Amino acid sequence: MAKVLMKGNEAIGAAAIKAGCKYFFGYPITPQSELPEYMSSELPKVGGCFLQAESEVAAINMVYGAAGAGVRVMTSTSSPGMALKQEGITYAAGAELPCVIVNVMRGGPGLGGIQPSQSDYFQATRGGGNGDYRTIVFAPSSIQETVDYVMESFVKADQYRIPVVVLADGMIGQMMEAVEFKEPKKVELEPKTWATTGTKGQRKPNIVNSLFLDPQELEDHNWKLDRRYKEIEKNEVLVETVDIEDADVVCVAYGTTSRIVKNAIADCKAKGLKVGLIRPITLWPFPMEVFKQINPNCKGILTVEMSTGQMIDDVKIANEGRLPVYFNGRVGGMIPTPASISADIEKIAGGIK
Amino acid sequence: MTIVYEKSKGLTDAQTHYCPGCTHGIIHKLVAEVLVELGVLNEAIGVAPVGCSVLAYNYFNCDMQEAAHGRAPAVATGIKRVRPENTVFTYQGDGDLASIGTAEVVHSAHRGEKITTIFVNNAIYGMTGGQMAPTTLIGQKATTAPLGRTIEHSGKPLKISEMLATIDGAKFVERVAVNNPANIRKAKKAIKRAFECQIQGKGFAIVEVLSTCPTNWGKTPVDALKWLEDNMMPYYPLGNFRDFEEDK
Repeated sequence: MAKVLMKGNEAIGAAAIKAGCKYFFGYPITPQSELPEYMSSELPKVGGCFLQAESEVAAINMVYGAAGAGVRVMTSTSSPGMALKQEGITYAAGAELPCVIVNVMRGGPGLGGIQPSQSDYFQATRGGGNGDYRTIVFAPSSIQETVDYVMESFVKADQYRIPVVVLADGMIGQMMEAVEFKEPKKVELEPKTWATTGTKGQRKPNIVNSLFLDPQELEDHNWKLDRRYKEIEKNEVLVETVDIEDADVVCVAYGTTSRIVKNAIADCKAKGLKVGLIRPITLWPFPMEVFKQINPNCKGILTVEMSTGQMIDDVKIANEGRLPVYFNGRVGGMIPTPASISADIEKIAGGIK
Repeated sequence: MTIVYEKSKGLTDAQTHYCPGCTHGIIHKLVAEVLVELGVLNEAIGVAPVGCSVLAYNYFNCDMQEAAHGRAPAVATGIKRVRPENTVFTYQGDGDLASIGTAEVVHSAHRGEKITTIFVNNAIYGMTGGQMAPTTLIGQKATTAPLGRTIEHSGKPLKISEMLATIDGAKFVERVAVNNPANIRKAKKAIKRAFECQIQGKGFAIVEVLSTCPTNWGKTPVDALKWLEDNMMPYYPLGNFRDFEEDK
């Protein structure tokens, strides 16, 4: 299929429809509003339904109902809206409902701003709602990747009966790039025999639920979910690495920021520096193991983020204290520059006391 | 031998957890009977609330989803939009519907969502132990209104049926009570009509059922019924506020 030029937010919608998503419940918020707008015009054409909810809280609960009724369903929002959706996400996690939630991040806390940010990392990777649960988190860095991983999200959601988060940012949502829509992968998935579709008088009632009043039952349920999370950690880590085995400095960055870091690395390589990159594509599960492949004589790890350093915790856990970890970050919608990243790489390569 | 009465097939064999004298059991029975009589039990998808009836999914003999506190109408909206051919209902208490879930019920009504809501009003938070609800009467004592509710402090009790009847998308709105056999029969008729409203594709339907809470009211079951008649009915008058036939 030929490449087409598309805005990120609209490409997300097109990818979801291509993946078989016919239902979208959302609420407008900058910088992701083109996505519900796109769905409002396109879903009726495929016999689906777009509904603008009265709030993010209602939208995610509509997603819960629809997912429980056995269909592929999506919602999208930006950071303050994501905070509101956390209630529904923990319920969906507890009730083992597959669904896809897109967060086109903007700066916070509170109402913050409308410019790109990566300051919802903790919220995305640590939960945000109550209880012991996880969501798979994809962090694409281009419109092409966004399209690919949105399609993948629906498969993984169904495969593991889990809410999946696509963590983009205002840059991904608002920019335009050429993308190619590949045919969805053919994956054998279990039929959704647990869904509420009406018994037709042919089976016992299905119950979609996250309530377990008996503590032993709830503990069993939690450990069951945890076993699934362990399986995901084993099987679903996605990461891009570049030249980390002989690097003097390794950068860690995801999403939009990784593209800026790649420019800085190219500048540094032109100056003869040996610089590598670890780019987590899944933020949960985080690519812990790959850090063991870093050159043991590497002088340091530079984490670059559009946050005050939320990913550093995971980098430090993965690094297990082997190498010093440094940080370059901008917040509030400000974006790290290649020049500042190059300067930090040069400082680390030169040895920081 | 002729069977003159049996438990509705719309209910499971599970023993309910409701307190002695509570009227949830009667309301469950009416809803279940109506689903069977309308021939929609096998297509029904119910949404259970948070509150005393949180375990309703164990009692209705149809597919059920458990919703977060107050969100049942949003969950039901998601189900109905995906499966318009199914009969979708929510079963909610007054803490659930009249407090934390007001936005969801108002907007579901506003959209004319083709769902049926059974709203059980017992003027108190039951499950959490007798706290004040938006529906608690003036002067009524609750654990969070130990001297009795006052207008100055908490406003007047919220009249949900009257409020929703002002919304165009709400096509059937009726308040009933289950305090005596005559009213129970009227309640069943209203519940049936509320499901017919959905089946005929007319729009949102709600039946508010005045119910008792002997435990948290601190009364015997019989005294609780009398209290309902003497105190709730004058403030929450029974009757039909909206019927879809009017919209011809």
